[in-house]
Amino acid sequence: MPNLKEVKSRIVSVISTQQITKAMKMVAAAKLRRAQDNIIQMRPYAQKLDGVLRNVTAGLDPEDGSKFNVEREVNRVLLIIVTSDRGLCGAFNSNINKATLALIEEKYAYIHKRGDLDILPLGKKGYDFFRKRKYKMVTDFWNVFSDLSFFEATKAADFAMKKFEEGEYDRVDIIYNEFKNVATQIVRKEPYLPIPPSDDDLGVESDYIFQPDKEKIVREIVPKSLKIQLYKSILESNAAEQGARMTAMDKATENAGELLKELRISYNRTRQAAITTEINEIVAGAQALG
Amino acid sequence: MHLEIYTPEKTLFDGEVNSVTFPGTDGSFQVLNNHAPLISTLKKGTVTYKGKDEEADVEITGGVVEVLNNTVTVLAEGTLEE
Repeated sequence: MPNLKEVKSRIVSVISTQQITKAMKMVAAAKLRRAQDNIIQMRPYAQKLDGVLRNVTAGLDPEDGSKFNVEREVNRVLLIIVTSDRGLCGAFNSNINKATLALIEEKYAYIHKRGDLDILPLGKKGYDFFRKRKYKMVTDFWNVFSDLSFFEATKAADFAMKKFEEGEYDRVDIIYNEFKNVATQIVRKEPYLPIPPSDDDLGVESDYIFQPDKEKIVREIVPKSLKIQLYKSILESNAAEQGARMTAMDKATENAGELLKELRISYNRTRQAAITTEINEIVAGAQALG
Repeated sequence: MHLEIYTPEKTLFDGEVNSVTFPGTDGSFQVLNNHAPLISTLKKGTVTYKGKDEEADVEITGGVVEVLNNTVTVLAEGTLEE
């Protein structure tokens, strides 16, 4: 029979844990709404930019004006991995870390062994994970979530583009959690640079007046759309994180509730047993006297 | 004509206007109704649009504008106004 006092103190501690998980769930829900809004606000921009890009590049030799779609022999690789700053969000971060390790194993094992693979973490969890494992890293940008803005995200994109252009990296991949809905995150591994060729040539060519000229515009729009792509991944990941945390905390609250139920039953049973023993003793005592 | 101004963070304006003035990379220019299709890059400066009875400025930090079929789409990199 468990000790009455022990059970009581366990109940108290489970209750306070439950309160914390409940509060965290609520906070995550509020943040999720904001994060979701951010993505929704950004989608029209990304969409329009894509449309403009397609209109501009229609009829233009894709090799012109942009050096970001040049396929080279892959000697050095950069992986951009988007995780979160905080834990307690289920398998959110470990999914990314595992996917990254799997990707390295599968595609870049040789390059990694040679020491030509760098990791650019965005978010503290990925940074910690790969630092502990002594991977080569670019650590200037991992803190992007402390002040999440387009400007901050752009810095990492600029870095990747510059290094790609200089030939420092021949391939840049990006790994992040996509926000599908509150309960579902999808781990995405996408090539970032060189820009994968698009499948559809359905660009509607209009007789545009170009200012200053077509090539300059391509040269401006292509990097911009790359920045947007990275920013979008970060926003997706941010929303997915809040969703993951919300579900994880919801589950935790539920589990705490179940545990609490069991503990209460055990508490009552123990208490009842103690009362029964006491009554038995009194009755036995009275009988002995009578 | 229809004017839409987007930044990566939000939609700044979406509505009917009579004229818009842009800070083009090659110099400031104005777009009126039924303008020919145009794509231009923008530099840091002020976009001024005039509606029926309103007139407003938006400070942008650069971007691109597309004019097509009486729809003007501004993709600004960012904005300076609060």
